[in-house]
Amino acid sequence: MNFDDTPQEAEFRATARAWIGANAPKQYEDELRKSSLGRTQLKNADILQVAKAWQKKKADAGWACLHWPKEYGGRGSSPIERVIWQQEEGAFGKLSHMFIIGHGMCGPTVMAFAREEHKRTYLPPLASGEKVWCQLFSEPAGGSDVAGLRTRAEKDGDDWVINGQKIWTSGAHYSDFGILLTRTDPAVPKHKGLTMFFLDMKSPGVEVRPIRQASGASDFNEVYFTNVRIPDHQRLGEVNDGWNVSLTTLMNERMSIGAGVSTGFPELFDYCSSLMLEDGPAIENAAVRSRLANWAVKASGLKYTSMRAISALSKGERPGPENSIGKLVAGSMIQDVATYALDLQGASGVVSGPEDAEVAGRFQAMLLRAPGTRVEGGTDEIMRNIIAERVLGLPGDIRVDKDVPFNKIPTKGR
Amino acid sequence: MNFDFSDDQKQLRDQARKFLAEKCPPKAARVVLDGKAPYDKDLWKGLAEMGFLGVAIPEEFGGAGAGHLELCVIAEEMGRANAPVPFSSTVYLAAEALLIAGSDAQKKKWLPAIASGEAIGTLALFEGKGNPSPQNVKLTAASGVLNGVKKPVADGAIANFAVVAARTGSSGREGDVSLFLVDLKAGGVEVKSLTNLDPTRGQAEISFKDCKAEPLGAAGEGWSILTQVLDRAAVLCAFEQVGGADRALEMGRDYALDRIAFGRQIGSFQAVKHMLADMYVSATLARSNSYYGAWALSTNAGELPEAAAAARISATQAFQHCAKNNIQVHGGMGFTWEFDCHMYYRRANALALGLGSLSYWEDQLIDRMRKKNAA
Ligand SMILES: Cc1cc2nc3c(=O)[nH]c(=O)nc-3n(C[C@H](O)[C@H](O)[C@H](O)COP(=O)(O)OP(=O)(O)OC[C@H]3O[C@@H](n4cnc5c(N)ncnc54)[C@H](O)[C@@H]3O)c2cc1C
Repeated sequence: MNFDDTPQEAEFRATARAWIGANAPKQYEDELRKSSLGRTQLKNADILQVAKAWQKKKADAGWACLHWPKEYGGRGSSPIERVIWQQEEGAFGKLSHMFIIGHGMCGPTVMAFAREEHKRTYLPPLASGEKVWCQLFSEPAGGSDVAGLRTRAEKDGDDWVINGQKIWTSGAHYSDFGILLTRTDPAVPKHKGLTMFFLDMKSPGVEVRPIRQASGASDFNEVYFTNVRIPDHQRLGEVNDGWNVSLTTLMNERMSIGAGVSTGFPELFDYCSSLMLEDGPAIENAAVRSRLANWAVKASGLKYTSMRAISALSKGERPGPENSIGKLVAGSMIQDVATYALDLQGASGVVSGPEDAEVAGRFQAMLLRAPGTRVEGGTDEIMRNIIAERVLGLPGDIRVDKDVPFNKIPTKGR
Repeated sequence: MNFDFSDDQKQLRDQARKFLAEKCPPKAARVVLDGKAPYDKDLWKGLAEMGFLGVAIPEEFGGAGAGHLELCVIAEEMGRANAPVPFSSTVYLAAEALLIAGSDAQKKKWLPAIASGEAIGTLALFEGKGNPSPQNVKLTAASGVLNGVKKPVADGAIANFAVVAARTGSSGREGDVSLFLVDLKAGGVEVKSLTNLDPTRGQAEISFKDCKAEPLGAAGEGWSILTQVLDRAAVLCAFEQVGGADRALEMGRDYALDRIAFGRQIGSFQAVKHMLADMYVSATLARSNSYYGAWALSTNAGELPEAAAAARISATQAFQHCAKNNIQVHGGMGFTWEFDCHMYYRRANALALGLGSLSYWEDQLIDRMRKKNAA
């Protein structure tokens, strides 16, 4: 067991640090540092443009998507080098948030299932942030029950013709490409009739309508497909084998979301370290200390759990379903942390917004964004099912629709 | 960076698990639970023969000279097996105090006796209610003799010697406390067994009346030595708790697969599945925090105080959480004397208190994090 850098790791760290020191957009560092979940915006700049510029700069110098192979725009780094990079990148890493779906889920799926020429064409601009990708899975009829989706793909010559609707598609409004899960055979049970594609979001017949979220922001969308044509060579995996393809995406989703979900703890600890309560500094108050300690060990437990996963990965083990714990724990924790930070503010906790609220309103923003964290990428309940079934080996939920042809499944309760 | 035990260490863990599965089945603990023996003497001897008692004791003092990582993996298995032996008091507390502060002669006298299983040791710190603090040490040491009462003392009734915290000054600060080594079989010592939550690990009240004692470490250094001992013990004990939590989770899982109700395995009910998933989550977080503690302990890193407190809190919570919900999964069966669930529940709650309560360690953790941030 060893936490210190090996000589090679130390050298890698030094090189990364030097490059970041010379190239990062320092003018935004302070603002990025102070932002937190729900509030990554820049006052005087378009964050998408700043993020794309930083990503491109990284890609040109070989620092984008570190763990991807070089021929697809990565660096071929080890998992540990990736962690070192993230530690060194610090607050600038927050600029990569808008690429998480592309880099964490779409990219690995394309890498596993696309033909070689497509990988070489599409992956490098995805790695460099020039092209943004989105994940078109969820539908009004199929969220947790992904395989309940209804968007149809029908073969017509060398093309597939898509009709239907997706929902909650993050970033669709600024995405260039998307991976799309469709139904190709409604006459077989639901998991057996799905097929995966990737498509150009500017294709005729694709319409993106932003949805306003509970937080007030608009990061996700409805996407409508009307006779959209996708050439067959953009299919990912076999016809009707889309469920297996999507499992690759979902497993990567858990790894990449799970490892990075913020818990809100560092922000809360910082806040309590300087906050004065009526009877003295918050950090000296016994009740505050007890709450902080409980969250501290959850946050450190998550951190070292992901270190263990990375050590396993470095030894060639595959990331498993145990990685579901990251999002499960962090999701409800950040919600509780935000609630508590506002409680400490007393009546004034109700005031939100960067101008008027305590610490630039970061905890109010966190509170309003947190419910989404517990839903996106699989709800808390689905995460618990995964742990119970795939880690602990408990029986699967009873699935009354398992062997029923999809078009015979009732669509309404009662 | 490599955040895992080595293959050799994992092999040692497997070896310990196999040994304990054979020599320490649940019915072994029951003999002690039912008051038929104060601890499992055969198991204790076996542990000595396997080299487990002295695994972290240097060879020159009769140990195996391995290290603390090796001790961590054994501790985990002791917890998993719910072993009814004075392992933590002897190995984590007494031996560590000797390793940190003992003179050559003291080490030569006691460490080989610990490694060979001849001597049981303990730490006599508490004096009734309250957590570790210099102010709570009231027992006095003057002219080489101790006067006062310690309670509870883990394994006090079976121990051969104790490391005793005593007051040697009156400034009201840390420098008032010094440590002493006392041969409990000598005169001036009176021991009374106490009824306790977990009878498989005895607790005692020890009265000292003009009892002869030799200093352990320099006068006035007692509190700083104790802090180090408690931090190390916190990490080791965390592994014991992680082992216990894992076992409780495993028992719950197995029962959920076995028991049928409403025509289904109860493990197919989502409320039960989710309860078990949450047990897995807390056990996993505790394991990860404990690994960090193990690394800090084995390298004596500056991070040890913070890592030890985090491991302690996380593992205490996990074992309590898993032990109580294991009973819940078992339903009425879980609440019977006959099923083993209550033995883990008892142990979880006893271990939660032995090195100072959860709230004490919470307080420590925040203090230590503040110090680190300020530095
Ligand atoms: C901020 C945000 C961003 C998102 N981005 C994307 C995206 O980019 N691409 C994309 O495809 N999707 C995206 N989603 C969709 C997300 O994956 C789904 O919302 C999520 O999987 C839940 O599905 P649902 O909304 O249909 O809820 P439902 O499935 O209807 O769930 C409703 C409730 O029922 C519970 N429930 C459902 N099934 C079970 C079960 N088997 N056992 C126990 N409880 C159950 C759920 O836990 C939940 O509490 C996003 C969602 C959010 C909030």
